[in-house]
Amino acid sequence: MSKITTLADLKKKRDEFKNGLELRTKALDPESLVQVKVSMATCGIASGAKTIMEFFLEQLDRRNVAAVVTQTGCMGYCYAEPTIEVKLPGQESVVFGYVDLKRADQIIEKYIKTGELVDGIIPVNYQSIDLNQ
Amino acid sequence: MSKYSMHLLVCGGTGCHAAESDAIVCNLRDELEANGLMDSVQVILTGCFGFCEKGPIVKVMPDNTFYVKVKPEDAQSIVAEHVIKGRKVERLLYRDPVTKEAVTDSKNMGFYKKQMRIALRNCGFINPENIDEYIARDGYMALGKVLSEMTPEQVIKLVKDSGQRGRGGGGFSTGLKWELARRSVSDEKYVVCNADEGDPGAFMDRSVLEGDPHSVLEAMAICGYAIGAQNGLIYIRAEYPLAIERLKIAIDQAREYGLLGKDIFGTGFSFDISLRYGAGAFVCGEETALIHSMEGLRGEPTVKPPFPAESGFRNKPTNVNNVETFASIPAIILKGAEWYSSIGTEKSKGTKVFALAGKINNVGLIEVPMGTTLREVIFEIGGGIKNGKKFKGVQTGGPSGGCLTEKHLDTPIDFDNLIAAGSMMGSGAMIVLDEDDCMVSMAKFFLEFTVEESCGKCAPCRIGNKRLHELLGQICDGKGSLADLDRLRNMSLVIKDTSLCGLGQTSPNPVLSMLDNFRDEYVSHVTDRKCPAGQCRSLMEYVVLADNCVGCTACARVCPVNAITGERKEIHYINPDICIKCGACMDKCKFDAIYIR
Repeated sequence: MSKITTLADLKKKRDEFKNGLELRTKALDPESLVQVKVSMATCGIASGAKTIMEFFLEQLDRRNVAAVVTQTGCMGYCYAEPTIEVKLPGQESVVFGYVDLKRADQIIEKYIKTGELVDGIIPVNYQSIDLNQ
Repeated sequence: MSKYSMHLLVCGGTGCHAAESDAIVCNLRDELEANGLMDSVQVILTGCFGFCEKGPIVKVMPDNTFYVKVKPEDAQSIVAEHVIKGRKVERLLYRDPVTKEAVTDSKNMGFYKKQMRIALRNCGFINPENIDEYIARDGYMALGKVLSEMTPEQVIKLVKDSGQRGRGGGGFSTGLKWELARRSVSDEKYVVCNADEGDPGAFMDRSVLEGDPHSVLEAMAICGYAIGAQNGLIYIRAEYPLAIERLKIAIDQAREYGLLGKDIFGTGFSFDISLRYGAGAFVCGEETALIHSMEGLRGEPTVKPPFPAESGFRNKPTNVNNVETFASIPAIILKGAEWYSSIGTEKSKGTKVFALAGKINNVGLIEVPMGTTLREVIFEIGGGIKNGKKFKGVQTGGPSGGCLTEKHLDTPIDFDNLIAAGSMMGSGAMIVLDEDDCMVSMAKFFLEFTVEESCGKCAPCRIGNKRLHELLGQICDGKGSLADLDRLRNMSLVIKDTSLCGLGQTSPNPVLSMLDNFRDEYVSHVTDRKCPAGQCRSLMEYVVLADNCVGCTACARVCPVNAITGERKEIHYINPDICIKCGACMDKCKFDAIYIR
């Protein structure tokens, strides 16, 4: 372990270590961030949801988008797997189907960054009940 | 470095530790390994989450899922269901005690809603055995700021302006204490951290040390710089092995980074910390007794002055602060005096950590702004009284404090209000009592503790408390008189006025406040020879209810002293002269034919 000999050293170390904790700090206030949920049921995984999830994790970080990527169960759109749900801060969430790497890239560049919708949207035609209300 | 997509935080406080949280961590890792997920999911053992009632706790980040009462064998479901399939494990979720609905996000739990965490800011969030996580949370930045940008006088002024008062119980201004130690001229000075947490029901300091040891180390170094000391000592009781272990790791890590030791941040300031173990005597929480114990002498207090700030450890100027006081200091330095003094009440600033214990639903550790009412603490955060019983009182400040009742529920909690109500802040233990608790027995329980813990140096405490205890015993046995109640009060006042140290000066507080607030109950013990709460054995009598008794002889057969007589199918009789009041007959009776009179 190298010694920390100046305040600047400490700041550098802090910024370096911050990444390791980011996942937890983000969780304190997920509403202010982009939330991406990847459907990871058997059908999703079989269609490559795992790769998509890794892609989002890596690329959102690399493109400096403050986001929380989590996995969720089957959303019911097994015909359109892999599916993901994206929620921008203060907006209703949008579900995208048939997400391959190309579409994932579009979603980040267009929808997440500029709010422009891209192909593959699955209209949500049901309502979920909220047990907390 | 691979990127983790999920963190599993497992509570590693003493409570959860005892409930096998280590095994949970092992099992989680094994499960992840078996599923090839070690690179994407990280398991971290953290400090106390505070919600000890429902421990062990596993928290899943980033979705904030809060699993309670997790057993080692649940690791498989958590990994298979939550981690792999993204489905929350319903049966392990916390359920709202009122609505009975599962709460999926810990932010929606009543227990956490009203809390504000300053001293506990990192507890349950970081791995206490990894200094890097502390640094990532701005750890040691306050020390860096102080050493490179501030003079010792400026540090003291900032702490003074923040209005922080010592969290050990006395409530003396931290900044003023530092100033006094700074003014003393000496070649050597000491910073001491008082981690001798001894009151029944208190576990605030232990949890801070177990969950975030670096915050205390950092603050001690800041204090060293402010008062001009190079040596720090932590006086901790040997009964806290986990806290000691984590402190040792923390000190080693800080030394390796050069954050403790010589020439810190290249500023020429040197400071190092070592541990001193106490054998667990309550009186050693008093600062002069603590210092004597560290010197290898008997843990007995001495008269102040001289104050430790003038002549303390090895007769050198010494500044003693409590763990929680220290833990808040880095935050105060970084966020400023104004920020801290904007929290709390007029004369008590900031937040206070309380340990909730006794007959309360959510036993655990909480931190709230000063000025929060008892009602909010007990009924909103604490979730109310166990088993739907009625609230009777709450003992604050441990055996040195007093018992507050229903009429105090809406009093904002701060140092001065508690004293005005006949209690005190103490270190922050809150023992909640319900309708089944007898106030005479309770006072006797606390006195028993002080009698045992009195060091015996001064007569009022040594002899007086013993007599108080005897008197309370007589009242519980139904041998007291009304005159005894006056005797209790008079003796209490004398002990308070004439004892040498804080132990004796406060030990009669439970008696006085319970006598004031529950006088009827005391009177009924001495005049009617009745214990309204049904706790005092000598005042109880087991009686057969003739209407219900069918003469099955079950009670007579179970009685260990053959106090029950009666033929089959005839009404039985309990001989009160032989009965030892064990209650076995009442438990056995299927017809509710035995009751307590």
